[in-house]
Amino acid sequence: MADTAETFDEGSLIARAKAGDDTAFTELLTRYERKIYRLAKNITQNDEDAEDVMQEAFLKAYSHLDNFQGNSKFYTWIVRIAVNESLMKLRKRKSDKLVSLDEQVDTGEDLVPREIAVWEDNPEAQYSQEELRGILDKSVESLAPIFRSVFVLRDIEDLSTEETAEALGISIPAVKSRLLRARLQLREKLTRFFRRKGGNVLAFL
Amino acid sequence: MLSCKDFLKELSDYLDESTSPGAKAELDQHLKECPNCWVVADTTKKTIQVYRGTEPRAVPDRLKFRLLAALESRMKARQKNC
Ligand SMILES: [Zn+2]
Repeated sequence: MADTAETFDEGSLIARAKAGDDTAFTELLTRYERKIYRLAKNITQNDEDAEDVMQEAFLKAYSHLDNFQGNSKFYTWIVRIAVNESLMKLRKRKSDKLVSLDEQVDTGEDLVPREIAVWEDNPEAQYSQEELRGILDKSVESLAPIFRSVFVLRDIEDLSTEETAEALGISIPAVKSRLLRARLQLREKLTRFFRRKGGNVLAFL
Repeated sequence: MLSCKDFLKELSDYLDESTSPGAKAELDQHLKECPNCWVVADTTKKTIQVYRGTEPRAVPDRLKFRLLAALESRMKARQKNC
C-alpha cells in the first residue's frame, strides 16, 4: 500500500500541523507510533504503562506543538516527551534507587567477560521471527533500568550520545559508561543462544 | 601494551568509531594479539546489529483506537477555540 505520509517531507508536515491541519499531525503520529510504543514498552516494561505513555506523549505533543522548535527533529522531540513520561511511570512503580538515573558506577571490575564464545555465522537464522523477538525482549528486560534506558535510546532507537544524555538528563560520560555495560551484559545473555555449537573459543583462528 | 581491561573500557567507543586515531591504532593492535577480546568485540558488535535490525511491532488496534479517540476530542476542542 502506498503511504501518502512518505510523500510529504517532515518539515512541511510539521508546518501544516502547526498551522492547524490535524490530518498532518495524524500523519506524523502514524509515522512514529510504532517506535514510540516500542520505546515506552522497553523502558517501562509494563503493558498498561506503555499504553498510557504512548497516549500521553502524543496528546502532549499535539497540545504543545507550538513549543516545538524546528531546529531539532520531530522524532527526537517526541522521544523526549515519551522518555519523560516513561521515567515518571517507572518512578511510580519502583520507589527504590533503580531509577536514580545519575548514580555513577565505574570500577571497571564489572566489565570482565564471563562468556567467551564465538557465535554462529548467522545466529538469528536459527530462530523464528517470534522466537528471536522473545529472546531480544527478555534480554533487554533483564537489564537494570539505568542501563536499559540508555541502551534503548542509543542502540534500539538510534539516538546520538548527546540526544540520549539530554533525553535522560544525565551526562555524556554517564551515557557512555552505561551503554558499554548494557552492551556487554546483553552480549553475555545472547551468547547463551547464539554461541557456535560444538565450537571452541579459538574456532575462528 | 594495552591490558584487556583497558581494551574493554574503550570497546563501546571503538565500535561506534568515536575513538581518536591514536587510540584506535592501539585497540586494533590489541585485537590482533588477543583472541578473547576479539571474540568479545565481535559478539558485542553483533549484539548491537541484531537489535538495530529489528523492526518495531505494530501498535495494538485497541490502543490505536483509544489514542485516536482521545486525540480527536482534543482536536475538536482546539477548533472551537480558534
Ligand atoms: Zn584482550
